[in-house]
Amino acid sequence: MRSDTAAVSLRNITKTFGPVVANDKVSLEIYRGEILALLGENGSGKTTLMNILSGIYYPDAGHVLVDGREVTIRSPKDVYDLGIGMVHQHFKLVDVLTAAENIILGMEGSGKLDLKAVGDKIRGICELYGFDVNPGQKIYDMSVSQKQTVEIVKVLYRGANILILDEPTAVLTPQETQKLFQVLRNLRSDGKAIVIITHKLYEVEEISDRVSVLRRGKNAGELVTKDTSAAEMTNMMVGHAVTLNIARPEPKNPQPRLIVKDLTVKDEDGVTRLNNVSFTVNSGEVLGIAGISGCGQKELLEAIAGLQPMESGSIVYIDPATDKETELAGKDPRAIFSLGVMLSFVPEDRLGMGLVGNMDLTNNMMLRSFRNGSSVFTDRKAPRKLAHRVVKELDVNTPGLSIPVRRLSGGNVQKVLVGREISSSPTVLMTAYAVRGLDINSSYTIYNLINEQKEKGVAVIFVGEDLDVLLELCDRILVLCSGEVSGIVPGRGADKNKVGMMMTKLGGDVRHETIS
Amino acid sequence: MKPSRKTPFVRIAKRDSIAMWHGWLIRLAGLVLALIVSAVVIYAIVHLNPLKVYEAMFEGNFGTKRRTWVSLRDIAMLLCIGIGLAPAFKMRFWNIGAEGQILIGGIATAAVMIYWGRALPTWALLSVSFVVSLMAGAIWGAVPAIFKARYGTNETLFTLMMNYVAIQLTSYFVAKWENPFGSNTVGIINQMTQAGWFPAVLGQKYMLNILLVAALTIIMYIYLRYSKQGYEIAVVGESDKTARYIGINVKRVVIRTMMISGAICGLAGYIAVAGASHTISTSTAGGSGFTAIIVAWLAKFNTFVMVLVAALLVFLEKGAIQIASQYNLNDYASQMITGIILFFILGSEFFTRYRLIFRRGKDVD
Repeated sequence: MRSDTAAVSLRNITKTFGPVVANDKVSLEIYRGEILALLGENGSGKTTLMNILSGIYYPDAGHVLVDGREVTIRSPKDVYDLGIGMVHQHFKLVDVLTAAENIILGMEGSGKLDLKAVGDKIRGICELYGFDVNPGQKIYDMSVSQKQTVEIVKVLYRGANILILDEPTAVLTPQETQKLFQVLRNLRSDGKAIVIITHKLYEVEEISDRVSVLRRGKNAGELVTKDTSAAEMTNMMVGHAVTLNIARPEPKNPQPRLIVKDLTVKDEDGVTRLNNVSFTVNSGEVLGIAGISGCGQKELLEAIAGLQPMESGSIVYIDPATDKETELAGKDPRAIFSLGVMLSFVPEDRLGMGLVGNMDLTNNMMLRSFRNGSSVFTDRKAPRKLAHRVVKELDVNTPGLSIPVRRLSGGNVQKVLVGREISSSPTVLMTAYAVRGLDINSSYTIYNLINEQKEKGVAVIFVGEDLDVLLELCDRILVLCSGEVSGIVPGRGADKNKVGMMMTKLGGDVRHETIS
Repeated sequence: MKPSRKTPFVRIAKRDSIAMWHGWLIRLAGLVLALIVSAVVIYAIVHLNPLKVYEAMFEGNFGTKRRTWVSLRDIAMLLCIGIGLAPAFKMRFWNIGAEGQILIGGIATAAVMIYWGRALPTWALLSVSFVVSLMAGAIWGAVPAIFKARYGTNETLFTLMMNYVAIQLTSYFVAKWENPFGSNTVGIINQMTQAGWFPAVLGQKYMLNILLVAALTIIMYIYLRYSKQGYEIAVVGESDKTARYIGINVKRVVIRTMMISGAICGLAGYIAVAGASHTISTSTAGGSGFTAIIVAWLAKFNTFVMVLVAALLVFLEKGAIQIASQYNLNDYASQMITGIILFFILGSEFFTRYRLIFRRGKDVD
């Protein structure tokens, strides 16, 4: 099925950002009628390469050939003209416009806007490939998966026959992922060239025909999917073998540490985000929280951390040393800290909440501790030492301590944040999407750190999106569905499909089988 | 349209970092270029010898001993307001209300001089008006901050409107303190006794202004850079969410910082009234509350760099006035020259952060 000449051929592409070489003579061939998986650790240059192909960056050196003809890509407009369409990880849609309006946004046409014709054409595309889009629906009314569909239809509408998808499954449930894969297969049979960037090896195995691996900005090799194994791909990606098994030590003497009871939270618009959520977190165990995005995980963690006003309910903290019970509901982060509750929180928004992107490592280490001592001046010696230690112990790749953290790659940013949060010897550690966007090596570093804390008797709450990780790492998994507890299942021996069902509430009677 | 095959002629790329000497070299080149371009303009439009014009600008600032001291006094004044604005802008609180805060500080000082001029010795008058102007400015700064913290009002509009309130208040007090009757001015306050005036220090009339502002420069530098409160300001300015996450009381920091900002601007009013003009009018602030915004931002809130920026702006202004009067030019001609110089100096800041990559010949790998 695949064509003979490459639809796109990238030759010796080099791109540098200051001292960082993001792409070093990278070559890549993309064929029609084939799904190519682009695999690589974080900072291996996948996104840079695709951004060059989609006109966002301009390469320092190298050639781009489309259908054997050399081209220069200067802007996203050029890219459309060449029939290349990119679906970004973060959707570029205007919320208040409809699907159809978003799809034609920025396109030139005749003076009269015929939305009906646009709608017909969209429906035609949907029918052809099996999409489900209502052209008249506003974006703000849509689920994440619907928005993604609009993005894909958008590039097809503009005549793209080379599609690039940047981590398309990161925000989808297993069921939605299957639906997306079916669409991709339909597109493949129609002769489109498809590139999918992903971290999830089982998805690579499932959907792709060929795998191209990048490592540290260079080509690491190319594999035919059906002839390879996850172990081989991993080896190529990281350069040395890593075990795919996540360690899960048995909890030692678990005691209740945090008791959440009937927690109800409403957002600014009065929409109920959490409805009567009750659960207990024990010391020495990892409690996983599963759920599709926006089902209340963020509000749950922020309510515990004192950042989210609550409607009702209670959050009781039990001190491990004295067994004293402390009510945390209605207290702000500083009040919680001054009660002696050592609560650490690794939020989802790392640079926007957990860290200050424009500040350097030392200044970011100070965020938690700058109030220490009675002096009116800040002490920078201790934070600098801590920054040194975190960089050394967690193997943070940084040119120095005085670089703004936003310049670090995603994995290194996360190491800095987690390193700071566990440095205060917490008794409760909350992490939200701790390994999102991280490569395998960094992910395992984070899993190890979490297990280390667990073995120290810390109560860990792990909000995750990758079910495989949740099933391997957590002792118990709390499944949230639209702000309600859909069930709590033990991590050992849990069935992935069942958890997936509970997330979407398709399980129906699952609630009655709840094991807690 | 088919994509062109050519590499763009010039591309702009962000610099990762820049050596200190390189940055200053770029700025120096900007200044030289500014002088060359405005020389051409001067010659082309008003047919004057550009070197003579530049000499006149220098004369306007440092021609006589008195002029030199007046220049230094004005630099100190502008710098003082810039120092006041620095913490607010570092917190990303758009304090456009320095004009009003200066006027309120000035009114407070004038009131002390007028009402207690006979009752108190000068050192006491100076101390009292110091404290009173500080407090008046702090209150004037706190009002928009409280509304912002409480009700989320827009601080830019709020501080701007507070300026007009302050101007009206000043008009009221000018009418009330009118002297002599019918002049519609306050006149020089305590002209005979000089009560409440800054005394000469080391034989120089404006030495105290300069010393006060020099002290503020150092204190504000340390405050912003090394104090816990300065760190809080930086965090709140960078990210409201992070500040809340680590338990900073954002509302309190906003109000406290604006009180400090207003207080220092109020102090600028004190220096203007007690240390320079010895009178109060609606033009006491004279727009320097707005000019100082440039001073604060261009120096990126580093108070020592602000000294240079303030000096440059004062130099240009005084130079423009001098050439306008010396060569009988209208204001526009001299303003054009200062405009060209400012354009190049601000432009050189762009080149310290970005670099241009030119296409070399044909496609080069």
